[in-house]
Amino acid sequence: MSPGLLHRIDSAARRSMPLAITLLIVVLAVVPLRLPDYVVLTPRFALMAVFYWSVHRPDLMRPWGAFTVGLLDDILGGTPLGLNALVLLLVHGGLVIQQKSFHGKSFALVWFGFALAALAAMLISMALAYFLVGRTAEGPALFLQFALTVALYPIVGWVLTRAQRAFLATV
Amino acid sequence: MRRPGRVAGLATPVRALTQRYAFLGLVALGVGLMVLGKVETPLVERVRMAVSDAFVPILDGLAQPVSTATAMRDQVAEMFHVYEENARLREENERLLQWQAVARKLAAENQTLRELARSVEDSSISFVSARVIANAGGPFVRSILVRVGADEGVEKGWPALGAEGLVGRVSTVGGRSARILLITDLNSQVPVLLEESRERALLAGDNSDQPRLQLMPALAKPKAGERIVTSGHGGIFPPGIPVGMVVLGGDGIVRAQPFVDLHRLEFVRLMDYGLDGVLPVIAPPPAPRRSQR
Repeated sequence: MSPGLLHRIDSAARRSMPLAITLLIVVLAVVPLRLPDYVVLTPRFALMAVFYWSVHRPDLMRPWGAFTVGLLDDILGGTPLGLNALVLLLVHGGLVIQQKSFHGKSFALVWFGFALAALAAMLISMALAYFLVGRTAEGPALFLQFALTVALYPIVGWVLTRAQRAFLATV
Repeated sequence: MRRPGRVAGLATPVRALTQRYAFLGLVALGVGLMVLGKVETPLVERVRMAVSDAFVPILDGLAQPVSTATAMRDQVAEMFHVYEENARLREENERLLQWQAVARKLAAENQTLRELARSVEDSSISFVSARVIANAGGPFVRSILVRVGADEGVEKGWPALGAEGLVGRVSTVGGRSARILLITDLNSQVPVLLEESRERALLAGDNSDQPRLQLMPALAKPKAGERIVTSGHGGIFPPGIPVGMVVLGGDGIVRAQPFVDLHRLEFVRLMDYGLDGVLPVIAPPPAPRRSQR
């Protein structure tokens, strides 16, 4: 094998890392942890990962990637098929349009942007769930889930930043 | 940087256009999937369970160390309460011994009456134990994924039991996994009976931890703390499975506190009762089969 081919395989593997790590996060998030009330309040880890890559490496998190992540989330989590897929796709689309507003901005601003994205995602989910399953969830549960998701974003963001530096510094 | 040639100048808008159409196509696909799922297309269910099945080895591999870790955490927590726990258990033991005497007497009496009535013992009930491998869904859905499926003979509609009582019922079955709709889910409805007042009711989930009790006679007066069991009406659940306790809310809504802590499920038993079976007594839960993986 020529070094050119090896290099290309290496590069392809590195470039598929964001989607792979996001799918892994979706799988990890459904593992039963048996904490009281955790099931209802489980933070939206998939949203955090899709947000991170859509902002920092949109070339490696494509619309179909965000859609696939949401679809897997729906299938493993038992939500109506297509709900999270559509939510993550729309969030991704919105972020790509707003890409310039995040360019070179401080972490605090990105975090604020995430809070807005999480709020939008929550509202879209609520509307879709209302259409699909009738009455939606209780307000307090939704708000706590939203708050927990926003509060935990820096941790997930930090992990993903490390992954980005380790694997994607050259590609 | 490469000098933008004529081809590149043309390619950029073309690419932008295709990307936009791809995006819209995905939106349409998402909406289409939701509509297909809404009308409960068998194909959607089959695809769903096929993908779940594919993830069973990974989820199972993850669930086991997590359950070991949580067991250790619980053990440590229990060590701090060992004296109180001991006192409580001693008291409970005393109470249970009294109940045992009562149960023995009733069993003997039951046996005699059965012989008198020549009633046939129903022994068609069997159980399949399963590990819970996924427990998510957020605020909109209450369901769990368990690690048994059609390969183990599991069928749609089977009741799922925890150690203390009813958990839900099997809603979709794959080859190696099955999804269980919990009694707290918005789509769950269980015909129940209040044990003391003998009132019939429908236990309807609303995605909160305590499902609502819709009383059949609207004027019925349930007592707080009363035990709720399945009534067997409608033939979905066999009668007599413990479900929970009556909770009277301040807002006038009667709710049920499930006996099983649905957040901490590790194993469930799926009950095959042959649909027309009756359930006179709930057998004590067998030790979870570790070999079940």
